[in-house]
Amino acid sequence: MNPANEAAVGPVARGSHAELARVVREHAGRLAVSLMRVTGNFSEAEDLVQEAVVAALKRWPTEGMPERPDAWLFTVARNRGLDVLRRETNYCTKLALLRRPTEPEADERLRLIFTCCHPALPRAAQIALTLRVVCGLTTAQIARAFLVAETTVAQRITRAKRKIIDAGIPYRVPHADELDSRLNEVLTVIYLLLNEGYLPTTEQASSGDLVDDAEWLATLLHQLMPAEPEVTGLLALIRLHRARADGRFTPGGALVALEHQDRRRWNRDAIREATGLLTRAAEQRRPGPYQLQAAIVACHADADDWANTDWEQIVLLYDMLLTVAPSPVTRLNRAVALRYTAGSEAALAELDSLADALDEYHLFHATRAELLRGLGHPYQARAADERALQLTANPAQQALLRDRINWA
Amino acid sequence: MKYVLLFVETEEFARDLQTMSRSDRDRAYALAGQWMAQHAGKIRGGNRLQPAHTATTVRLDRGAAPVVTDGPFVEGKEVVSGYTEVEAADLDDVLRMVATWPGCPVVEIRPLES
Repeated sequence: MNPANEAAVGPVARGSHAELARVVREHAGRLAVSLMRVTGNFSEAEDLVQEAVVAALKRWPTEGMPERPDAWLFTVARNRGLDVLRRETNYCTKLALLRRPTEPEADERLRLIFTCCHPALPRAAQIALTLRVVCGLTTAQIARAFLVAETTVAQRITRAKRKIIDAGIPYRVPHADELDSRLNEVLTVIYLLLNEGYLPTTEQASSGDLVDDAEWLATLLHQLMPAEPEVTGLLALIRLHRARADGRFTPGGALVALEHQDRRRWNRDAIREATGLLTRAAEQRRPGPYQLQAAIVACHADADDWANTDWEQIVLLYDMLLTVAPSPVTRLNRAVALRYTAGSEAALAELDSLADALDEYHLFHATRAELLRGLGHPYQARAADERALQLTANPAQQALLRDRINWA
Repeated sequence: MKYVLLFVETEEFARDLQTMSRSDRDRAYALAGQWMAQHAGKIRGGNRLQPAHTATTVRLDRGAAPVVTDGPFVEGKEVVSGYTEVEAADLDDVLRMVATWPGCPVVEIRPLES
């Protein structure tokens, strides 16, 4: 185990571990921004942030949280940075940079995010860099969240930083004409964190905190770009999911399908707030995949129960979503809603047309099983559930499917 | 920073170009010429390559003597058909330039060492 982790989960009380993560996340990105100003070098600044974060996770649990964590982190990083600077011949140039007038911090934080999510970097590297530089996660924490070896994460980051320098990936906010596509890269990274945290694809991955990171990043991005409706849409989507998190599992930790969730356990205030956010985004009349997904979730969140869900509206929203972002998984989700507007046969026919594209996707088979069961084909339903069980490594989903196979 | 743009043709693109009428083909070349002229301030040189069947590859890692073979070093459906050296502020500068390239469907951007 990495020493930083040991320290983080060691003497510190349980509650303060989350507090520690929160404080680090709040300050790591700001620290990276100030260091970029001093060193002018993304790779060096990133290293210094990581060193300061690791030092903090090691020392704060035993020494207590400093009164001004940001100043503490900055001092550690700056002292290391000065060592680096002294070793360099262009010390004077760097000092000149130190005195350069600074621009508003908001812009600089955006630059940091856009550099980490540059399309010339592979997706896995974009994710790792963003988590490390913007959210202040350690390599070990990222490795645990995605259940990959720590060396793999370290290597991804090293390669990405080398490419940023060698290929001349700029440290700046994209120009207006390229903003849409570049913003999309950032939103995709945040969306993948949500997905992975919401339902880890791998067994035993401890990814729940990734939803925290996703919400935090989306909130930051929303503050920095309040006029971008898709940013607001993604933030609303994340908050709508979180507002219903309590209903998704039984007290024993078993996954509950949406249809059977106890909706009294949903956080109505949080749902109202997220829906309000979404409404304001929609007023701009620039719909996009995240706003539409959030709107679909909002329809579910609004309904008192499964039967009283506005399925017509949901099918309509899926139709819109398919025109802006066609995908077989979206068609699968649309088929679920179609069952309540056009009937099970129509839904099953739609599903069967997706068989080639989704044969390896567990939810395709699980959905098919439900439809087949509803149409009175218990044996075919069971076979489909068994196929779904083979295809998912998520323990909560496995348990749900096993229950169905045994009891249905 | 200096970069080389490697222009890559696909089989489909080569076929389309071949089956075009003379005037359409001239128009396609004129568009590429316009693009080059538009970015002349950044372009430091380059050329079109003759077709892949004219290539000769020498391998020096197959025993004592060099092995000479006919054709490009990778046999594939996509072949390099030209290159341009450009000088640009950064990768985004090059990406913006390449986004409007009217010719072959693939362009690889490689930073130069110096």
